[in-house]
Amino acid sequence: MKQYLSLFRIRFINGLQYRTAALAGLSTQFAWGFMEILAFSAFYRANPDAFPMEFAHLVSYVWIQEAFLALFMPYGVGGNIVETIVSGNISYDLARPMDLYSRWFFETIAERLSRTVLRCAPILLVAFILPPPFGMSLPSNFSQFLMFLVSVPTAAFAVTAYCLLDYMSAFYTMNRYNVIFVILADFLGGGYIPIPFFPEPFRKFAELLPFAAMQNMPLRIFSGDITGTDALRGIGLQVFWVAVMIICGKMLMKHSLKRVVTQGG
Amino acid sequence: MKLYFKFFTIHLKSQMQYKVTFILNIFGRIIMSFATVAGVLFMFTRFNEVEGFTVSQTLLCTSVVSMAFSFAEVFARGFDIFPRLLANGEFDRALVRPRGIIFQVLASHIEFLRLGIFIQALLVLCYAIPNSGILWSWDKILTLFLMISCGGVVFFGLYIVYASFSFFTTEGLEFMNILIYGGREFGRYPYSVYGGGVLKFLTYVVPLALFQYYPLLYLLDRAQTVFYMFAPLISVPFIIPCYIFFRVGLRRYKSTGS
Repeated sequence: MKQYLSLFRIRFINGLQYRTAALAGLSTQFAWGFMEILAFSAFYRANPDAFPMEFAHLVSYVWIQEAFLALFMPYGVGGNIVETIVSGNISYDLARPMDLYSRWFFETIAERLSRTVLRCAPILLVAFILPPPFGMSLPSNFSQFLMFLVSVPTAAFAVTAYCLLDYMSAFYTMNRYNVIFVILADFLGGGYIPIPFFPEPFRKFAELLPFAAMQNMPLRIFSGDITGTDALRGIGLQVFWVAVMIICGKMLMKHSLKRVVTQGG
Repeated sequence: MKLYFKFFTIHLKSQMQYKVTFILNIFGRIIMSFATVAGVLFMFTRFNEVEGFTVSQTLLCTSVVSMAFSFAEVFARGFDIFPRLLANGEFDRALVRPRGIIFQVLASHIEFLRLGIFIQALLVLCYAIPNSGILWSWDKILTLFLMISCGGVVFFGLYIVYASFSFFTTEGLEFMNILIYGGREFGRYPYSVYGGGVLKFLTYVVPLALFQYYPLLYLLDRAQTVFYMFAPLISVPFIIPCYIFFRVGLRRYKSTGS
């Protein structure tokens, strides 16, 4: 555990080096969030009855999504893992007395966390201060907030386990980018438009997929779109998918390490 | 120009070396960029129209912006990865060669993979053109052509600005993303959707709306003035301040020493 903590610290301090970049990133995310909300509000004006969420819920959804972007995004984190697989540097890692899967898992989680910590506070702060139509509201009661707190790490685990599956496919394909992996998770996880906006029969199906266990769940619990027992059931589904994906990942690891061939010196 | 063409063929040949990978990657990009379209379609299954635009009219916007963007992305790739060229010192080598800097940056990288978005946009356009309810005549075809080509120029200018900033910071600046990638992502709806303030900004400061929203009004016969038809042309001079900014950055350039 200690080595993971020190790794976390290194990454965190490294992230702090680029404060201007973080600031620039913040302003980008603000503008992005605003534009999303403006677009949705145009649809809301067009036909409020067809809007599947309360507008205030949607606003909270967008801001939390921006605040926790680095924690939940199914891309851009842990690219160095693919690099080690393709370049063959993995042979060093295999010589180390650590379980490689767990190490990768903790590494990517640490990277996600450090990036999120830098960015989420200012976004959340301003999103709270903003005037009503654009401002974010807190969950209606404490139990809702508690469920959100449980749902966030579970979603982060889900997205990390999923990404590891993606990275490990490089064992077989030697391909650096699997855009389809990314886009599936982003779209079906509610990254483009929240799952409630999906057309009806498809929506029910999408709610059950592992992608719904990612950002979809915590965002909708926080905003109040999913409450009470529905939220608990959602978290249960999240835990289920995390377990499935980690088990698959470990199995895939075992299988691919059996046939890993490192070329040359 | 001849030299550029030579570079063009070299890049094309080198990227076609691994044909299966190339085709698979292009295919992946086509699928990827369909996510945006799927988002639009999903929204319109619930809402019939937004700000008076129907789904095909909106898709017309989506595809025009994507096409313009992909042109810039393929050919301005050198500016896209410009921070990297600065950081690893490759740019220093360009400075000592007897050719224009802009030319060298342009010719250094051409990314044919990004054509995936173009192909996808073309498919969407083929769907949108007959379904948008527009009575196509020669002037409207010309307008559409202007929208796409001038849009390419504007995105190109944005890439130059992005590259110029890295003279000052060495790092790529993320806030340009809101203009470049945001311009594309949010261009999936007519820019008027985002309200008057945003529309003004995108008209007078960064002229993205000039090749999207105004000519669209002309296409839909909502505005009869020829002025709107030629609005895309007004966006073209945007490239001049971008170029000047690049020169300014170049003048105060210090090598990173690598």
